[in-house]
Amino acid sequence: MNYNWNWAVIFTEPYLGWLLKGLQLTLTIACCAGVIAFCIGGVVGICRTLDVAPLRIAATAYVELFRNVPLLVQLFIWFFVVPELLPKTWGHYVKRDLPFPEITTAIICMGLYQAASIAETVRAGIQSVGRNQRFAGLAIGLTTFQVYRYVLLPVTIRTIIPPLASTFLATVKDSSLALTIGVLELTAQSRQIEVYTFQGFEAFFAATLLYQAVTVVVIFAMQYLEKTLRVPGMLSLAQK
Amino acid sequence: MFGNFDFQVIVRWAPLLAEGMALSLLLTGIAIIGGVVLGAVLAIMRLSPSRLLSWPSGFYVNFFRSIPLILVIFWFYFSVPIVIGRPVGSFYSVLIAFTMFEAAYYCEIIRAGIMSVGRGQSAAAQAIGLSSFQAATSVILPQAFRNMLPVLLTRSIVMFQDTSLVYVVGLRDFMTTADIVATRENRIVEMYLFAAVVYLAICFAGSMWARSLQRKYAI
Repeated sequence: MNYNWNWAVIFTEPYLGWLLKGLQLTLTIACCAGVIAFCIGGVVGICRTLDVAPLRIAATAYVELFRNVPLLVQLFIWFFVVPELLPKTWGHYVKRDLPFPEITTAIICMGLYQAASIAETVRAGIQSVGRNQRFAGLAIGLTTFQVYRYVLLPVTIRTIIPPLASTFLATVKDSSLALTIGVLELTAQSRQIEVYTFQGFEAFFAATLLYQAVTVVVIFAMQYLEKTLRVPGMLSLAQK
Repeated sequence: MFGNFDFQVIVRWAPLLAEGMALSLLLTGIAIIGGVVLGAVLAIMRLSPSRLLSWPSGFYVNFFRSIPLILVIFWFYFSVPIVIGRPVGSFYSVLIAFTMFEAAYYCEIIRAGIMSVGRGQSAAAQAIGLSSFQAATSVILPQAFRNMLPVLLTRSIVMFQDTSLVYVVGLRDFMTTADIVATRENRIVEMYLFAAVVYLAICFAGSMWARSLQRKYAI
């Protein structure tokens, strides 16, 4: 093996700055996409558990569509295809005036994509609370909205914290796909350092370490949240 | 809306696209086999009482599960030629990357499958005088396999989708071929939509199959 090690390269400017800028962009995309995914995924997941057939079918179609097309294809469609299919003035706006078009597209695409897996998480969470809770709520005269608002969702949101955290981590990792449309996030920056300096081991090692650090922080935050929000007597509920 | 689009381009380039799909499927197939074998070894190591075995396996799994697949592809694309000392085609470095990356996920699925078999089963096997090898092969693993089969299939569908990421090193899989045709013929809309429909059809059929297996093999 013939390789000139030079660990200093990842601590020298501009390369250190590139890595940190990349990390910042990765986290920005993941956080913004996470918010979109949580909102849309929550609604879609709730729709999948409702008794209204059109809503349920639409929600199922959403999940199947977004989960069965590779994220890379989705990203290219949002970036290259959608502006062409929009009405002319809109397409013009998207192509010319949208601020940070690559980053915005990546955020929307990743958000809608992860919404499908959050929808599945929410659905499983609601179903795990059990039908008896729902029936009991309806029996004491709550409306469907009230059953969700006061009975099902407060329990669901607590039980789904771990899967939500792993979906967020998946978003952090998936944000690396944005490099295909020219977003210089963490993976792209490490690749760029490799191209500029040929110190690939060091650059990729630095990126790997930063991803690991994000994972560790998110897992600790998740465990803290889970402990703080735990419902007393939850275990007996989960077993039913 | 599709008035000035030309979907004939797909027919004209069908042979090349088929070649791309063949590469995608080949990559998926080899990586499934390699990933399951390596994943099974890792799962057995992880479940072993010896820390010397379980700790490295746990490290391996957590390492690969916390970094993006694209970074893993870059890692191997860059390092395999240096470690071996001569250039290898991008196919082989990508193949190694996928196998090692997926092994981490398969390991967790196999481990969960084995752990899903109740403790009573292995105790019962011991009680009727089976050796631990017999207990594993005729009591634990058959049940574990039934539990994990649908999940293994679902993960393999995800991996088939992930093979599109070889785009970043320019390997000509289905997605990359579609992209090449799209730019050469300036038919971006048609080609990307076509790629999406093809992936959707294959993956949807696959997940339907996984669901039916789940119903069939549920214990």
